[in-house]
Amino acid sequence: MTATIVEKIFSRKCGSEVRAGEVVMAPLDGAMIHDITGPLAIQKFYDMGGKKVFDPRRIIMLFDHQIPADSIEAASNHVYMRKFAAEQGIHNYDINEGVCHQVTMEKGRAAPGEIVVGADSHTCMYGAAGAFATGIGSTDMGFALKFGALYFKVPETIRAEVSGKFQKRVGAKDLILAIAADIGADGATYKAIEFTGKTVRKLDMAGRMTLCNMAIEMGGKAGIVAPDKITWEYMKGRRKMKPFELDSDEDAKFAEKRSYNVSDLEPQVAVPHNVDTGVPVSKVAGTHVDQVFIGSCTNGRFEDLAEATEVLGKKKFNPKIRVIIIPASRDEYLRTLKAGLIERFVKAGALVEAPCCGPCMGGAFGLIAPGEVSLSTSNRNFKGRQGSTEGKVYLCSPATAAASAITGEITDPREV
Amino acid sequence: MATQKKAAVKKVVVSQPKANANMRVWKFGDDIDTDAIIPGRFLTINNPDELAKHAFEGTRDEFAKKVKEGDVIVGGRNFGCGSSREHAPLALIGAGVKVVVARTFARIFFRNSINVGVLPVVCPDADKIADGAKITLNIKDGYLEADGKKYAIEPVPAFMQGIIDAGGLVEYARKLKEVPSCTR
Repeated sequence: MTATIVEKIFSRKCGSEVRAGEVVMAPLDGAMIHDITGPLAIQKFYDMGGKKVFDPRRIIMLFDHQIPADSIEAASNHVYMRKFAAEQGIHNYDINEGVCHQVTMEKGRAAPGEIVVGADSHTCMYGAAGAFATGIGSTDMGFALKFGALYFKVPETIRAEVSGKFQKRVGAKDLILAIAADIGADGATYKAIEFTGKTVRKLDMAGRMTLCNMAIEMGGKAGIVAPDKITWEYMKGRRKMKPFELDSDEDAKFAEKRSYNVSDLEPQVAVPHNVDTGVPVSKVAGTHVDQVFIGSCTNGRFEDLAEATEVLGKKKFNPKIRVIIIPASRDEYLRTLKAGLIERFVKAGALVEAPCCGPCMGGAFGLIAPGEVSLSTSNRNFKGRQGSTEGKVYLCSPATAAASAITGEITDPREV
Repeated sequence: MATQKKAAVKKVVVSQPKANANMRVWKFGDDIDTDAIIPGRFLTINNPDELAKHAFEGTRDEFAKKVKEGDVIVGGRNFGCGSSREHAPLALIGAGVKVVVARTFARIFFRNSINVGVLPVVCPDADKIADGAKITLNIKDGYLEADGKKYAIEPVPAFMQGIIDAGGLVEYARKLKEVPSCTR
């Protein structure tokens, strides 16, 4: 009986064959909570009569959305969560480590074949590790903390097969923006998106994380890349596991198959106010920008920042605009620092912040005013996402963001 | 949290909301995201009544001022897309909205709504319902009535009905001693 990778993961965890459409109460390998959704999840845990979490070693807690605390309310939420961590014996990474999804990956809290939930929609990023990972709300998380299991409707899978070789300055972010425009903002609702094909096999972990991160922008329940040499190499030192085979059967039943060839793919920009609006950069080139943000769980890794510095070269950022650069985690920050990139960013005129979500969620800092335009490597450009509902957010790759930060207007990175 | 009032655990509308002559429709379009329902800068708030003061702020400012207990939100496709923030359905509960009707829902919002006590109702003809319409729901018979016209609605998935019947996921969980994994 053939199966998709997602069906195989649920079957492995459940000890019996399950297929898409079935509803199962599946055991969890991991659960992640952060400073925005965590307090409510903890409250729900107690409301459900929770006394001890199912397994403190499987829970990861950290603060990333509002750090260092930007209000008394945020500080109070942090205090509440620290108290819970201490009481339950949960390791709390607090404000020190960076964006939840990046940290979860780095700490090896998601691995091939596992089922992981996070109280954040971009939890689907851990699919890059070959895990089934999905974002849930706080009440579901309260349930997960208490019981270590959760109801899932095993999703069907859309298989996205990617071939071709990226042009210079074109990469995973451009691909996922193009896929989002093709599938649409709700085209993958209740489904998993499996990324496969020769191009994906060659893609590094950073690129795979960018792809899986944005599965939710199509309504996807999960994004996933079957584990291979690159995955297992990444897991080394993070988890003690013996590599094993895990992939969809070629003749498994997929919701649909789509193929993409990246050889002719231009840099993509998603225009306001939806993520599925990706167009070639040439269509919006020349659009004035007020702020450029390079960072987030989508594109705040060393590889992203290195690409930005390659585009930057010896140039300076346009002094008329604000350039905010935030590595996604402490590890990524250190790699970037050691490579001398931070110094180059600062000298070029950027404001480099410590690892956190930054302007992406429009809650802490880096907000835009009415009439302003933000160009961002993050994952959402909803109206008001980065501040005023009368502002605009465009999404792009780190290369396009860097090129545009030099000129002060949306610019094709191949032309800088 | 430490300084905030504990959010009230409100019960889910089990199946049939009380008829209310003043129930009006607040009509929204496609792809209404949870950032629009409650912007990111208010997410330090966990109390539904406080959240309600900022519901749709910057998107539809009159909503928070004029919404009345029992009013119904009607959206188009993909209602509640984006962030997993449960603050979104909580803000609606604080505003007195217990039912959201839409052509389709985003997955996490749909599940969060059922968990916390907002009933998400799928109505393929939701686009035909006008802003300000008077609306009544007949869940059991599978239709709603807006300005005198009947529109079919879809039943909630069977496995979620159990959660609704219990009065939300908190109440459902309180009755469980343990969860046998991989039960179907």
